[in-house]
Amino acid sequence: MLAFILRRLLQSLIVMLAVAFIAFLMFRFVGDPVEGMMGVDARLADREALRDRLGLNDPFYMQFWTFVKNAARGEFGISYRLQQPVTQLILSRLPATIELAVVSASLALIVGVTLGVFTAIHGRLPPSSRETLTALAAIILPALALWFLGRGLLWSFGAAALIFVSTAFWAKSFFSQAVMAVSLVGVSLPTFLIGIGLIFVFAVELKLLPSFGRGQTVELWKGWSTGFLTKSGLLSLILPAVTLSLFQMTLIMRLVRAEMQEVLRSDYIRFARARGLPESTINFRHALKNTMVPVITITGLQLGSIIAFAIITETVFNWPGVGSLFVNSVQAVDVPVMAAYLLFVALVFVVINLIVDLLYYLVDPRLRVDGRSGRA
Amino acid sequence: MKIQRFAGLAALLASTLMASSAMAETLRWARASDALTLDPHSQNQGVTHNFAHHIYETLVDRAVDGSLTPRLATEWYVKEDDPNVWVFKLRHDVKFHDGADFTAEDVVFSLDRARSENSNMRQLHSAIASVAAVDDHTVEVTMTGPSPLYPNNLTNTFVMDKGWSEAHSLQSVQDYAAGEDNYAVRNANGTGPYILESREVDVRSVLKRNEAHWAETKPQVTEIIYLPIAENATRIAALLSGEVDLVQDVPVQDIERLKNTAGLKVETGPENRIIYFGYRMDDKPLKSSNVADKNPIADPRVREAMHLAIDREAIKRVVMRGNSLPAGVAMPPFVHGWTPELDAFPAPDPERAKALLAEAGYPDGFSVTLDTPNNRYVNDEAISQAVVGMLGRIGIKVTLASRPVAQHSPLITGDNTDFYLLGWGVPTFDSAYIFNDLIHSRNGHFGAYNPSGYADPALDAKIEGLATEIDVEKRDADIAEIWAQVQRDRVLLPIHNQLLAYAMKDNLTLAVHPENQPLMTMVTYGQ
Repeated sequence: MLAFILRRLLQSLIVMLAVAFIAFLMFRFVGDPVEGMMGVDARLADREALRDRLGLNDPFYMQFWTFVKNAARGEFGISYRLQQPVTQLILSRLPATIELAVVSASLALIVGVTLGVFTAIHGRLPPSSRETLTALAAIILPALALWFLGRGLLWSFGAAALIFVSTAFWAKSFFSQAVMAVSLVGVSLPTFLIGIGLIFVFAVELKLLPSFGRGQTVELWKGWSTGFLTKSGLLSLILPAVTLSLFQMTLIMRLVRAEMQEVLRSDYIRFARARGLPESTINFRHALKNTMVPVITITGLQLGSIIAFAIITETVFNWPGVGSLFVNSVQAVDVPVMAAYLLFVALVFVVINLIVDLLYYLVDPRLRVDGRSGRA
Repeated sequence: MKIQRFAGLAALLASTLMASSAMAETLRWARASDALTLDPHSQNQGVTHNFAHHIYETLVDRAVDGSLTPRLATEWYVKEDDPNVWVFKLRHDVKFHDGADFTAEDVVFSLDRARSENSNMRQLHSAIASVAAVDDHTVEVTMTGPSPLYPNNLTNTFVMDKGWSEAHSLQSVQDYAAGEDNYAVRNANGTGPYILESREVDVRSVLKRNEAHWAETKPQVTEIIYLPIAENATRIAALLSGEVDLVQDVPVQDIERLKNTAGLKVETGPENRIIYFGYRMDDKPLKSSNVADKNPIADPRVREAMHLAIDREAIKRVVMRGNSLPAGVAMPPFVHGWTPELDAFPAPDPERAKALLAEAGYPDGFSVTLDTPNNRYVNDEAISQAVVGMLGRIGIKVTLASRPVAQHSPLITGDNTDFYLLGWGVPTFDSAYIFNDLIHSRNGHFGAYNPSGYADPALDAKIEGLATEIDVEKRDADIAEIWAQVQRDRVLLPIHNQLLAYAMKDNLTLAVHPENQPLMTMVTYGQ
């Protein structure tokens, strides 16, 4: 066990070094940071002097070595753009990203699992494309009709949503077809477009939710500012969280549905039915439990990518997290922030992978037996 | 132009008339990026200065028409018996936000700090030999030679409190290479009309009106909430949804739509920035051309042909959607030395251009690579694309190389481009600023943005002379002569001046500032 953990830790270290190395290889093509640090009036000699002082004239492996040396001591330098210590900048932005990620992941999990179970129970296998098309048409056509009647986007949108939700109660099979069809949209539409669309509908047209930012935040503990405790903070969270969770939501839904349909056909479910157990007990106690193992694994891994790749969502909603910090830094060629951020992302993935591996190790007895002779 | 000035004047008048209506007004002001730092001498950058102007103040200020106006200095003149010395008389009864008195010592400290090693403002003060306080309200700045235009360099150099700065060890400006940040990066103590209340970098900054400010009329805006929103669509959505009151950086494609939205209005006006093309015009062959033995652009007929091939009106209409002032000279109309005659440009004439190319020995044209930034100026890449097509019509085959500005600028300062697009703002509002960097051959302090290889020692001498020429008429004549030569030799290929657009709720008024540094003290409420 200990040897396993040590081995994994060593591998993690190598991964982080590799990420930093590749990052430094790329930084040479991002542009000249000094360009943004000095105004156009700056003399060429002054620029050269600054470049020298920052070590930007060194070959990239020297810059990489200096970075690794400093990083090992926990020093990431000063942001070229904002002139503040990088560690402090990233830490001050982290709460926003983590809160957004946790809410998105929970949303994806709850809605994804619920809809997954629903579509598995009421859906048909395999889904016929004809029914999918009918389902989509039934939702889209009334919306389009309203649009052409000049009722505007809101009416169309509202009508589509109303039909969609109401079918869940009186046309369950139809609803699950529709959910499957709509989930295709969630998987294939770019996050950017979804975000802008949500802003347009809920902020610009309906004026219900804020279009940008985090609202009012409250400082909890040691610089951890939270948006959970204020009304504007919670309202601000809704649109970005929905945008960020949509992809994961559809992924989890499709996964649960597939697993669930698999399990529902297994023998012990048939026996349970034969015993006359109530349908809800069979579905939720016996079937769902056995579909959750892969779902939890996937969710864990997706949490990493939600934290790391909230960049687009954060940019669209001007969400003050580490992702938008990174985007601003790329534009200004802020090498210290970019390097630290990429290392941070690598760390998130490495840690989550490590935890997942350890969980496997605990869950799957075969790994423990083979531990001495084979490989995990 | 006239209309613009009038609008500015009207806004000023309105602000004085309506100042009595003291209401608590909060202005939520959004723009594309945040001030980089609060340290007033650390960055020579427009957004940073714009923000700093609310907290800190300068000795002299620039009016919307480009003239200098008093701010912390009430008058300034060259000392009678010494043409090298500028005397500044300072305003009385001015206090810093922490209550300290503003005196000559603060000015001496600030000017010395602004010209110290790590300051990005220091090139503006490179001609200073020494700064001395004569009494509490008089400062003498001794220059290394006659510098008739020096006060023009002071419009973005802010005054800090000496006592406060020394208490926080701020004698020197932040050094990037050092491991720590400077207290002034995140804290401010100025004399300005607003006091910094809170600041979260890249997120929001709150400024409260300084009730103890020296100005007789108080600004109507009592609280400013400054919101950097990087994404264009989000920034405009925030205005449409009523979450911000003023958007400073409006993309051209949204101007029409916002104008037609009830409850909003858009103010437009020219920015003090010229967008132009430059090229290598010495005898060395171009790096990116199929003509390998000589430089086609070195031939004046080829440059004339390129000039005639460009349809500036079409660029204005199609690329800029009407939001530009086409230009025939590489100088915004605000700049001293500008004349309508210089700014005139010929109608595009591809036939004549083709004939000129043939005459120069390139009947089939030639090829060249055009370097363009894609994130710096309004529709920069689209302008270059349009020019590629226009030059294609006369047989010049242009390959477009598009890069973010951080990669584009080094090509120009490092002599690695044959043909490029650049924009040039003129903060001193004087032609010499353009000549020094764009026309003078590259040499020491001169020609940093001149990769053209254009070198004329006589012209260079004339440009250098502008800095110390005291005789105004002689100086104006020199400026006119230099421009005549630059235009004749077609050293630069000007396209247009950008228009700025500010969008706001329609109960606000704020005129466009030519340097894109509007002061929220100028905002007025009411129709």
